[in-house]
Amino acid sequence: MTAASPTFQLPAFEGPLDLLLHLIRENQVDIYDIPIALITQQYLDYLESWQARDLAIAGEYIVMAATLLELKSRMLLPSPPREAEDEEDPRAELVQRLLEYQRYAGSVETLRQWEEYRRGLFFRGATENPDDYVLPMAPGSLRGSDLVAALRRLMEGAGIEEAAVSAIVPRRRVSLQMAMVTVLRAVRRNPEGVRFSALFDGPVSISEVVLMFLAVLELLRRGTVQVRQRQPLSDFRLRLDPAGEPSVN
Amino acid sequence: MSTEPVPCLSAAAEAVLFAAAEPLTIADLARALACDDQQAAAAVARLRERLKETGSGLDVVEIAGGYQLATRPTFRECVGRMMAREPGRLSRAALETLAIIAYRQPITQPEIEAVRGVGCGSVLRTLIERNLIAETGRRPTVERPILYVTTPSFLHYFALADLSELPPLEEPSEVPSVTDYRDAASAETTAG
Repeated sequence: MTAASPTFQLPAFEGPLDLLLHLIRENQVDIYDIPIALITQQYLDYLESWQARDLAIAGEYIVMAATLLELKSRMLLPSPPREAEDEEDPRAELVQRLLEYQRYAGSVETLRQWEEYRRGLFFRGATENPDDYVLPMAPGSLRGSDLVAALRRLMEGAGIEEAAVSAIVPRRRVSLQMAMVTVLRAVRRNPEGVRFSALFDGPVSISEVVLMFLAVLELLRRGTVQVRQRQPLSDFRLRLDPAGEPSVN
Repeated sequence: MSTEPVPCLSAAAEAVLFAAAEPLTIADLARALACDDQQAAAAVARLRERLKETGSGLDVVEIAGGYQLATRPTFRECVGRMMAREPGRLSRAALETLAIIAYRQPITQPEIEAVRGVGCGSVLRTLIERNLIAETGRRPTVERPILYVTTPSFLHYFALADLSELPPLEEPSEVPSVTDYRDAASAETTAG
């Protein structure tokens, strides 16, 4: 009897004791007076039929078969001279084990009923303390596609169109002209200057940034705006060139 | 709070039980309701009555050492249909093992296996994973085998208030010590 025996299950029986109790019930014999020869034969028949069906037979069943055969032979031995009055029946230990097992196996039905009743009851989980909120996600509750869908919703909410997978890619109707107007309006509204990054409102796409930058370059070329940058690659400040011609066209 | 009119206590108990994740003991409830144990118990009793009288879909059940709001079994099909999947059932091997542990705890794996007549390693692992049993230490013998006990989740799984609800096991009657087994055996073999 090893600790980690495999979990395969022989048909309908939970082990050798279960099978023996089944045979005892089926033959309607007294558990205190088991006809060992008969039961042993039927027990071995069962094992043989399993073997015939290529079912692996757990070691426990083999051990029990050996026990039964030993009992059978001991019971066939001629009576030794009786030494003590309370000589023990060789079957006693087996009977004890069967009874012990039967006691617990009998309460399985009770547990089954309770389990069934309990399955009809449903409980709430805890209401979270708002401080303790965690993402209420069990592993495997979300798939990759859920994440994509969430991202799409988010981008739609922010007014960003995903690069469509469809054949027609819609052109964003933002021209250089419009970008230049945006820049001019901003610098006119803020005579003390406006940062390039402040020209954008919310999340932006790279193409929008590029367009806006081109607009700034164009206005710079025309001498309409002045640009001041503290250090390379940093944000820069725009302001209206006082000498510039405030024209777009 | 202590002068709060009594009818409100049952409503307060309802609120507290609603918000709780686990069964609450009378002491837990008394603390939450700022009343004494007796008042808390009375509040729970009144709440149960009211839920019954108003035909509520909920009931207060005594389970795993406390009280908890649960759906009424009458509506199990409705709730079940709402659930994504049907909760599973324990195998017979698991139930047998649980029965042995429940009655004989704390108990070691070899002792369980001696009763069942089969190895129980994987069943025990499953039961531990499902939090129905737990290790509670080791028997101070040479091998120091692990001792197993049932958990509060075990009580909860079977909707038991406590272990005393387990029905008494029938004691096996004495095995007759001496019988004429040889006669029986020889009679049987001659017959067969």
